[in-house]
Amino acid sequence: MQEMEIKDIICEENKVYSKPELLEEVHMHYCPGCSHGVIHKLLAEVIQEMGLTEKTVGISPVGCAVFAYNYIDVDWVEAAHGRAPAVATAISRLWPDNAVFTYQGDGDMSAIGTAESIHAANRGENIVMVFVNNAIYGMTGGQMAPTTLIGQKTATTPYGRRVDLNGHPLEITNLMAILDGTCYVTRQAVHTPAAVRKTKAALKKAFENAMAKKGTSVVEVVATCNSGWKLTPEKANKWMEENMFPKYPLGDLKNTVE
Amino acid sequence: MAKIRGAVTVNIARCKGCNLCVVACPTNTLSLQPSEVNDRGYHFAYMVNPENCIGCSSCALVCPDACIEVYRKRID
Repeated sequence: MQEMEIKDIICEENKVYSKPELLEEVHMHYCPGCSHGVIHKLLAEVIQEMGLTEKTVGISPVGCAVFAYNYIDVDWVEAAHGRAPAVATAISRLWPDNAVFTYQGDGDMSAIGTAESIHAANRGENIVMVFVNNAIYGMTGGQMAPTTLIGQKTATTPYGRRVDLNGHPLEITNLMAILDGTCYVTRQAVHTPAAVRKTKAALKKAFENAMAKKGTSVVEVVATCNSGWKLTPEKANKWMEENMFPKYPLGDLKNTVE
Repeated sequence: MAKIRGAVTVNIARCKGCNLCVVACPTNTLSLQPSEVNDRGYHFAYMVNPENCIGCSSCALVCPDACIEVYRKRID
């Protein structure tokens, strides 16, 4: 009886959620529980729902998300490390009808690409910058990033990050918010269903701003790197709530559109 | 009174057994396979208590590999 009922429920007309078509069938190389997968899924959903499939150009970074072009079925350009906003500037100026977004990690945006990122935002390029902040260099084996928290243990700060030795964590999104070129700067997370819904709404708003030529939109996603933090995915989410959110509080930092 | 019943399907090949859907599920519907694994050696998720599912999509929203499809039906 029970089996029959489940078979009755699982049919096309009752479907309420499935993988977005823009997300490729291929196996993603990310570690189990990595936040990148959720953010890819949300980008694919937003692009598909806004009907921008044929108009979107993504700029993939150097970092774990370097293979993003294998996973979302839109046009992509792979930029040199940190130079995604410079490439995005060129593409959005040459093809102004396109929706151009960069997908950058903390190493890409807040370390090697600080100049490109800040100047693209300051010029008010009509692009979306998706900034995935997990406070560590995930791809290269968990070294300290500019966004690493004080006291956080990484491969290069085995006794915890020290202010006198390593300086302070860089809140680059707050820097972007004070620039006149940005129209929408927000910080979100993807650790709970509610947070995922909010991040999707933020990404949608950012793409709408880019299409309406309102200026640069920056969507920071505070993310986990459970492999780099050496925690299970659910413990990494808890650690993020307890340690990352006090330093990187969620919410809109700037919204000049509304 | 109308009742909502739900069900999920898991793309076993894509699932990496990260356990995030199990944590996100409000009705304890999901669990990881205790011994069975997929081709990559991951203990994939499955409905351990299928009668609990309400089709809320919480598991699918937090799934990093988009391997969960959610179905919801109203039973009058």
